[in-house]
Amino acid sequence: MSLADLVAGIVFLALNAYAVLGGADFGGGVWALLARGTRKARQRELIADAIGPVWEANHVWLILALVLLFTCFPAAFARLGIVLHIPLSLVLIGIVLRGSAFTFWRYGGGGAHGDEAQRHWGSVFAIASLITPLLLGTAVGAIASGSVRAGGTGSGAGFYDVYIAPWWTPFAWSVGLFALVAFAFLAAVYLTLEAEQPELREDFRRRALGAAGALFGAALLVLTLSGSGAPRMRAGLIFAPWAVPLHLLTGAAAVTALAGLWRRRYRLARVAAAAQVSLILWGWALSQYPYILPPDLTVADAAAPAVTLRLVLGALALGAVVLLPSLYYLFRVFKSRFQPSAIGRQ
Amino acid sequence: MSDLLAARSQMAVSLAFHIVFAVIGIAMPLMMVLAERRWQVTGHEIYLDLAKRWARGTAILFAVGAVSGTVLSFELGLLWPEFMRFAGPIIGMPFSLEGFAFFTEAIFLGIYLYGWDLIPRPAHLAAGGIVALSGAASGIFVVIANAWMNAPTGFELAQGHAVNIDPIAAMASPAALSQTIHMTLAAYAATGFAVAGIHAFLLLKDRANAFHRRALVIALLVGAPAAVLQPISGDLSARHLARHQPVKLAAAEALFETRAGAPLTLGGWPDVERRQTRLAIQVPYGLSLLAFHDPGAVVKGLDAAPRDEWPNVPAVHLAFQLMVALGTYLALVALWTGWRAWRGADLAHDTWLLRAIALAAPMGFIAVEAGWMVTELGRQPWVIYGVLKTADAVTPMPGLIVPFLAFTLLYCFLGVIVAWLLYRQILRSPDIPEWRGFYMPVEGRGQGKREG
Repeated sequence: MSLADLVAGIVFLALNAYAVLGGADFGGGVWALLARGTRKARQRELIADAIGPVWEANHVWLILALVLLFTCFPAAFARLGIVLHIPLSLVLIGIVLRGSAFTFWRYGGGGAHGDEAQRHWGSVFAIASLITPLLLGTAVGAIASGSVRAGGTGSGAGFYDVYIAPWWTPFAWSVGLFALVAFAFLAAVYLTLEAEQPELREDFRRRALGAAGALFGAALLVLTLSGSGAPRMRAGLIFAPWAVPLHLLTGAAAVTALAGLWRRRYRLARVAAAAQVSLILWGWALSQYPYILPPDLTVADAAAPAVTLRLVLGALALGAVVLLPSLYYLFRVFKSRFQPSAIGRQ
Repeated sequence: MSDLLAARSQMAVSLAFHIVFAVIGIAMPLMMVLAERRWQVTGHEIYLDLAKRWARGTAILFAVGAVSGTVLSFELGLLWPEFMRFAGPIIGMPFSLEGFAFFTEAIFLGIYLYGWDLIPRPAHLAAGGIVALSGAASGIFVVIANAWMNAPTGFELAQGHAVNIDPIAAMASPAALSQTIHMTLAAYAATGFAVAGIHAFLLLKDRANAFHRRALVIALLVGAPAAVLQPISGDLSARHLARHQPVKLAAAEALFETRAGAPLTLGGWPDVERRQTRLAIQVPYGLSLLAFHDPGAVVKGLDAAPRDEWPNVPAVHLAFQLMVALGTYLALVALWTGWRAWRGADLAHDTWLLRAIALAAPMGFIAVEAGWMVTELGRQPWVIYGVLKTADAVTPMPGLIVPFLAFTLLYCFLGVIVAWLLYRQILRSPDIPEWRGFYMPVEGRGQGKREG
């Protein structure tokens, strides 16, 4: 394993963390939008309370991945910026609206929950939470399908071919849908642990089970469309030596998550659900290795000079010393309901 | 509008928007921690209320700063892919470190905002202190990256490619020290005076309000020392510019000809065609003195660079004049305040001082925007000074006016909302009658106007 591979792995690890932590915050927005029934207001309250202290820290994983990408793989970053300009700009607008609307929702004047202006912010937050993962997933789909090629000036290709066609495909949109459903699934599973009242917990248990079913459907759709949409990835996911063990592990995680939800063993379900989504992400990464942007840009070709990579690794080690205890503290303070002693046993 | 101009405008809008939140994100946590500390020492609830209000302000502003900062880090690739392709490996290091500082800030801000009742008091205060420190650190790292664009080091050029890259040397660019000091002081001065100015304005209407009095004092403690130090740091910056970025200094000073004993040009309108500055006051030998501390020193003029490598001289000159004028005003008000406080005067009853401070409220931020215009416009047409032209760094994507307009609208909208929220959440006086009475002079007791 080369230095560049190691750094690429770390970048992907940051993305993975963003998906299972920040992704769930988006998923929370989806459930705020879909809040139904007599406990509608309490569901939204729970979601806001769960996201409040952690969403900014969770969001930074994306920034970390991005910064590492442009420092260590500048060629890949430049190409993504050109070819995926449109979906990434829309993702940005979504991120801006989601983050600020959430804050305005929480701090939206009067102090009392549920006044008119605040409800509007709640809706903006929820809709932005829906659109952002969809487009982020679509961008991932474009990468996986191998259509983020060197384009732009001099290639003779028209605007549509260079800037729209790579991500305007059924396959890319199916990946977007998959991302959205996966985030909603994670959020519902996590929220079963956040809820203190049994009936709220049941609400999110049912939602988590439903989302698990939807996730299975979305995965089937992605797999079906990958035949023409992303043949390289599909081949990797079927024929590579790591393929069978990976699928077995993913399947085991999925079954464990379902069983955990069914038996109301929520802590188990949470770990399994995060593992399931992470394994799917790593399956994508492995299937396109050694390419960072298939079909032609490899991790090694896109990498910055070794001196930069070594320094970044040093900075990462140093940063981890500060960051990991801080993160542990953050989650211990606010998610201590996860501790066995504090969980309401049924 | 050309695509290059649209890309530059989008970047300019994004930065102009973000810099306000970044600057507040550096200084506001310090004020919030000072207030909390006062509360822990004195046990006076008014300080707790102040700390909580400033914490709410920090929460709103930090969230907007975090998302607008995300926009910028994406825009580096969306608008300037060729710049990042070249610069990423050289100058990505401070961005990575900034990522960690920002991460730390986000984590401890979460703990601070939501942890009032969950963690012990000293831990809570420490969390606030970490927010203040990591906020300053992340600002410093970003400015280090910008300093490299102004005075690039740490690589060699070979056929347009960077070789022998040394990211550590790139971080130690000659511009780094003067720029980071100048920007960090600017953050404290601008935020401190903005908050102090608002409370001074409210005190003018309601002299006895103990809440505003205490807010004023803490804000001045943060803003005034920085404003006094800022001219010294400005001198350091000017001397750096004279040696390493002579064209920027020449544009800022509207100095068209290289000459010994160069005068300092105050005000005026630079006429680029005729190469002279109309309606300006000239201080003989002033520029040579300031730039080299020697009245006879030779200062490079715009003629040292080919005409097509000049920045927009009138814009840079005016922005520079504006920044210096506003900075000078803040420093003078800060000195005046310090003198009055030293003499033991009651600041809240010095009407003219309160008026001067109230007038200063927007000035720090205008100076920050103007100073940022000097450093960015003054570097044009280069994105990396002397190495890469802005026109060669832009994305090939056409139709850039669309994202420019979209983000401009988005930011205008957000700006209005944030201003309204801050008014509702922080500035409105607390309606607790006892607090109005605490330091009320005897004759005014019971006559406090109802505010809110």
